[in-house]
Amino acid sequence: MGHLIELKDVYKIYPMGDEEVHALDGVSLTIDQGEFVAIVGQSGSGKSTAMNIIGCLDVPTSGTYHLGGIDVSTMGDDQQAEIRNRMLGFIFQQYNLIPKLTVQENVELPLLYAGIGSEERHARAVESLERVGLADKRRHLPSQLSGGQQQRVSIARALAGNPSVILADEPTGALDSRTGREVLGFLQKLNREGDTVVLITHDNSIAVKARRIVRLQDGRIIYDGDAGDPRAVVQPEACGEEAGA
Amino acid sequence: MNITQYFKLAVKSLRTSKMRAFLTMLGIIIGVGAVIIIISLGNGLQKMVDQQVESMGVNLIQTYVYGRGDGTTMLLDPERMYELVDDHPEVLSGVSPYVATNARIRHGATEYERTTIYGVSEVMYKQDTQATLDGETLAQGRFLQYIDVERSQNVCVLGAYLAQDAFGGDALGQTISIGGVPYTVVGVLRQSGDTLQEGGRDDQIYISYNNALKLMGSRAVNLYMFMATSRDTAAAAKTVIDDCLYDYYQDENAYYTMTMAEQVQMINAMMGVAMLVLVAIAAISLLVGGIGIMNIMLVSVTERTREIGIRKSLGAKRRDIRWQFIIEAGTTSAIGGVVGILFGCLVATVVGSLIGGVLVSQMGVGSNVTFSATPTTGAVLVSFGVSVGIGILFGYLPANKAAKLNPIDALRYD
Repeated sequence: MGHLIELKDVYKIYPMGDEEVHALDGVSLTIDQGEFVAIVGQSGSGKSTAMNIIGCLDVPTSGTYHLGGIDVSTMGDDQQAEIRNRMLGFIFQQYNLIPKLTVQENVELPLLYAGIGSEERHARAVESLERVGLADKRRHLPSQLSGGQQQRVSIARALAGNPSVILADEPTGALDSRTGREVLGFLQKLNREGDTVVLITHDNSIAVKARRIVRLQDGRIIYDGDAGDPRAVVQPEACGEEAGA
Repeated sequence: MNITQYFKLAVKSLRTSKMRAFLTMLGIIIGVGAVIIIISLGNGLQKMVDQQVESMGVNLIQTYVYGRGDGTTMLLDPERMYELVDDHPEVLSGVSPYVATNARIRHGATEYERTTIYGVSEVMYKQDTQATLDGETLAQGRFLQYIDVERSQNVCVLGAYLAQDAFGGDALGQTISIGGVPYTVVGVLRQSGDTLQEGGRDDQIYISYNNALKLMGSRAVNLYMFMATSRDTAAAAKTVIDDCLYDYYQDENAYYTMTMAEQVQMINAMMGVAMLVLVAIAAISLLVGGIGIMNIMLVSVTERTREIGIRKSLGAKRRDIRWQFIIEAGTTSAIGGVVGILFGCLVATVVGSLIGGVLVSQMGVGSNVTFSATPTTGAVLVSFGVSVGIGILFGYLPANKAAKLNPIDALRYD
């Protein structure tokens, strides 16, 4: 059995005027089933690009990306959509719930696009909401919930499709520190229960909640190792650009 | 996702912005409504013409004789037309000369000078419909009969005006003087105009054509009403009449023959063209409505860019997004179409009964002709289909735009 996530020599190059911007500059990375990895970096480090590629929202300019043994680096739009639907669960900074749908309908969305019948959809959505403790709020609209609750709904939505990887992009960015901690605790709990979690953040204090840290700078991995290691959180002064994307 | 889910989604989306949905539909509502109204009225008109034709008889052939030069030379004797009928019993069953004249009419001390006197034969009255070829029916007595015409008897059928004004409604069997000759009233016509007035439609008398020609002091009959033996022989009968008249005049411009079927065809063709033009104009508003839908859908796609990004990130394929917006546009226009159809039917019924009343009374047709504006099932179905089609057609462009959005950009969109 190979790695769950395997990036090999991945480049992502954007043309910008006459120059080229190397958002990812030869990244190789493997993540196994059951890991909790934080991809850390300042803005402009390439972590968003990494997240887009891992999340099958984008394809690399060169290099290969295997997800669950499938080469997804050369896939077209619709194939990627199917992979996202089957294998990935997204948690976004802005929750990204659809405001006019109820909590339950939001959670059902990935199941809807998977073509699952309504009875099973309802059952799995309720089950998912129970896991985040919001089953009683399933008929509410997102706007009737607090920020922390909305983020928990988005976690429930990510879980509903029973994905191989949970991809959390700055999940605490829009929350106060207490609810942020709650949400992180939740991700840790999911990981303990066996889910693979990839967390993307710029914040070291959040990254250390993961078990492994991958630090990106200027499109390259400058650290990949245990979250407990002091070097994982050291900001390398030498290359410390104030960077803008 | 299946079609029901797209449909639910569309309904939900429309319900969250009712005002906008309504305004978007308005173009379609007006367009479909206008088409339905036009078709309903046209349809009513056509039915009315058909009814009128039916009451006059589909085997009627009208022949106008203009004669040659100023029309005073080479007068055609009505007897020739009678002979023609006798010679061709396989296609012609009867003829009635039709002349209109005036004469001084007197009853007691009262004189009437504006009464129209029609000289006809018994063929003018159709036994099967119990009405004259002009659609009048009898209130009392009988119409002129063969023997009356054959012997030029001094009998007449009175219009409702004279029956009322001169005899107080009790005219049957009484005597009235027409051009100084006493006539016995054998029948009274039912009122056909709105009001009884001197010189009006009901101010008329039917007498035998021979007597009428005597009153006129002329033998010039300009109009003949021929009856073909059946609807199918009408065309053959027309040829017989034409041939006879050409033999006589050696000039095609001296006469004009027209069967009822031809007349109906002509009227229908004219009405068809008029209706087509009107429907085409109404269809322009459907087009405008479609563009309105496209416009709103484009705005909607932009507004919902983030929603599209979310859906795509969760696994929506291009076709899922495309269908979502196409069905939303289609649903909008379909609802607009249904409302438009209902609106059109309502207006057509109301306007139809108003116009119908005026039209029937003004065209002076008998009471057996009615007017009602009802849309055809075909028109309703086509209108509905067209409105759905417009939604899908004009929804496609915005839907495709949405389907092609890049999920990364769409998710970042505020």
